[in-house]
Amino acid sequence: MLDALRPTFSLLLLMTLITGVAYPLGVTAIAELAFPWQANGSQLVDDDGQVRGSQLLAQRFDGAGWFQPRPSAADYATLPSGASNLAPSSAALAERIATESRRQHGSGPVPLALVTTSGSGLDPDLSPHAAMYQIPRIAEARGIPEAHLAHLVREHTERPLFGPPVVNVTGLNRALAALSSGEGVR
Amino acid sequence: MAMHDVLLIGAFFVLVLAPAPWLGRFIHRAMEGQRTWLSPLLSPLERFCYRSAGVDPAIEQDWRRYALSLLAFNGVSLVLLVAVLMLQGALPLNPQKVAGMDWPLALNTAVSFVTNTNWQAYSGEAQLSYFSQMIGLGVQNFVSAATGLAVLVALCRGIARRSAATLGNFWIDLTRATLYVLLPLAIPLALLLVWQGVPQSFAHAVTATTWQGAEQSLPLGPAASQIAIKQLGTNGGGFFGVNSAHPFENPTAFSNLLEVAAILLIPAALVFSYGHYVKDLRQSRAILACMLLLFCIGLGVAVWAEWQPNPAWAGLPVEQAGSLEGKESRFGITASALWATATSAASNGSVNAMHDSFSALGGMVPLVNMMLGEVIFGGVGAGLYGMLLFVLIAVFLAGLMVGRTPEYLGKKLEAREVRLLVLSLLVMPIGVLLLGALAAILPAGVAAVSNPGPHGLSQILYAYTSGAGNNGSAFAGFGAGSTYHNLMIALAMLLGRYGIILPVLAIAGGLAMKRAAPLGQDSFPTHGPLFVGLLTATLLLVGGLTFFPVLALGPLAEHLGQLAGLSW
Repeated sequence: MLDALRPTFSLLLLMTLITGVAYPLGVTAIAELAFPWQANGSQLVDDDGQVRGSQLLAQRFDGAGWFQPRPSAADYATLPSGASNLAPSSAALAERIATESRRQHGSGPVPLALVTTSGSGLDPDLSPHAAMYQIPRIAEARGIPEAHLAHLVREHTERPLFGPPVVNVTGLNRALAALSSGEGVR
Repeated sequence: MAMHDVLLIGAFFVLVLAPAPWLGRFIHRAMEGQRTWLSPLLSPLERFCYRSAGVDPAIEQDWRRYALSLLAFNGVSLVLLVAVLMLQGALPLNPQKVAGMDWPLALNTAVSFVTNTNWQAYSGEAQLSYFSQMIGLGVQNFVSAATGLAVLVALCRGIARRSAATLGNFWIDLTRATLYVLLPLAIPLALLLVWQGVPQSFAHAVTATTWQGAEQSLPLGPAASQIAIKQLGTNGGGFFGVNSAHPFENPTAFSNLLEVAAILLIPAALVFSYGHYVKDLRQSRAILACMLLLFCIGLGVAVWAEWQPNPAWAGLPVEQAGSLEGKESRFGITASALWATATSAASNGSVNAMHDSFSALGGMVPLVNMMLGEVIFGGVGAGLYGMLLFVLIAVFLAGLMVGRTPEYLGKKLEAREVRLLVLSLLVMPIGVLLLGALAAILPAGVAAVSNPGPHGLSQILYAYTSGAGNNGSAFAGFGAGSTYHNLMIALAMLLGRYGIILPVLAIAGGLAMKRAAPLGQDSFPTHGPLFVGLLTATLLLVGGLTFFPVLALGPLAEHLGQLAGLSW
């Protein structure tokens, strides 16, 4: 047993230096050179240089005049984020779905994405359908023609090869804010 | 299913299976010390490792010394990791001023990462310093996977060698697995993930002011490097608490494809490495066929079940489609079901959606995959050595049926091997049923259940199956942070890891010593469709008989209850 101690400690130290220090440092060095924006959290910065959020993270938007992202079980907290983890057979979940779907009911059934919490609590995306569904409410609150908003949603729709089409709500609301303050759509 | 779902599943199988023959051959060459295209770069570093560790590359170990070296390395890793986690408040690289963990959580976490389980009773972004993530957990992500790979090649040598006393050298296998297999794959994957949006930075979390004037903290850290190895090493421990559901851990549909394929990349390749060890690739193809068959059944059930509308929501003014609760928009239902199947087929345990909110049958698929011993591809090394145990059991059963001494690749399976096989078969039932039953009886155990009704039993069952199977995924509503569960699940993880590794090495040692009889006309072939059927049936029988009753009380009861209009 004792003669296993030297290789144990030496190899643990060496592996720590290689995989625990050199590897993450090396990856960081290349990442900061090649992809500095992504490596630092895809930050959205406004014209005054202030960080307003991350392209990848949902944030809270209160009020009828904004596109609402997926509901968040952790109230859009990031430290830590979280999910509801309610079972499919949960009475509490069924009750929430019932209340929320009646509250948001517009024309046609409410898209599931608008009444179900995401896995991360920070899902920044909606399906184009779930974004379009909110347009009548936003058009009324802001006094913007619906066609204008539909155009905005289509502009922000991405259709990846290996995943469903999505609209980034954080980016969409950013454009909405710019539209309303008369700066025009970015 | 839409076109993008079909493309995703197709691309997944291509990414997993197309490189497997080549990568499998490469791993065999690298682990046997033959020259590979990486040798000019890595062999000086490899030799330096042996010199500083006082390891003579020419000396091999018998199975006992091999096992002892492995236990020493894992044991010391465990103690040091507990220390790092408890003392992280006073250690460097802690910009968020995270406090040290208390000892039950530190012990649970350390056991979890040393055993390649990565069960997480904590949330990384809130409870771990960058130092703990990198120096503590990140290193174990590599060496615990390397340990699994080492045990596998020891077993391969045991089967392939004739009248040999030794199985190789643990220190060499550990070093080669890390340097030649894991690192060269992790570096490009980490960079691809950063490109897609995973942070890789040592900066303090950034405070943003949202469009409505609230404060939002953007958690950063060396995430991409850790996430690459947690997928490739079938570890599964997320940098962030919600794992690969977090937009920083898995930002796009493309990163999702890369991460889910990375889970099975090495395990699929190892099936071919085995064929090179025994110089018979027909064996690889038979094992691969069995794995693919079971994988596709699980995938089919999971995708189908997740697309079913929830009967409890019928009649509400809401879309009647598969559930999105706990799932991310950028992945959708099919990608979430694919991930759940892959992560539990392997002993990975990372998630991109919350299994707790899966439909009853959709959530049962990962549960069953784990109960079968995570041998459908399985963890790095661990999956295939588990599968080879089932191959030996199938051969033994075939021998009983025809009344001959069972032989595998010319080697007789005798009483010692069969005793050890049965011992290894007891590990999952003890870890899942015994410890799970205790948790379901004791108030300290039941307190962790967050969903009432049969789903509550499923939560307990999932936790202990995940622990004993060294998977690490969870029905995450389960309050695993209590002292009781921290200690009991740590026990399940230790049992599940070393309760298999030790019998495997003992069997390998015994097989290596045997002489191989030439394969005669009357020996039972272990490569045709007949054997694939026998192997699959053995797996399902052993798993089915053991776990069906408890599945009936958990997910099946939940499913039938829901159909009858019940909710809890």
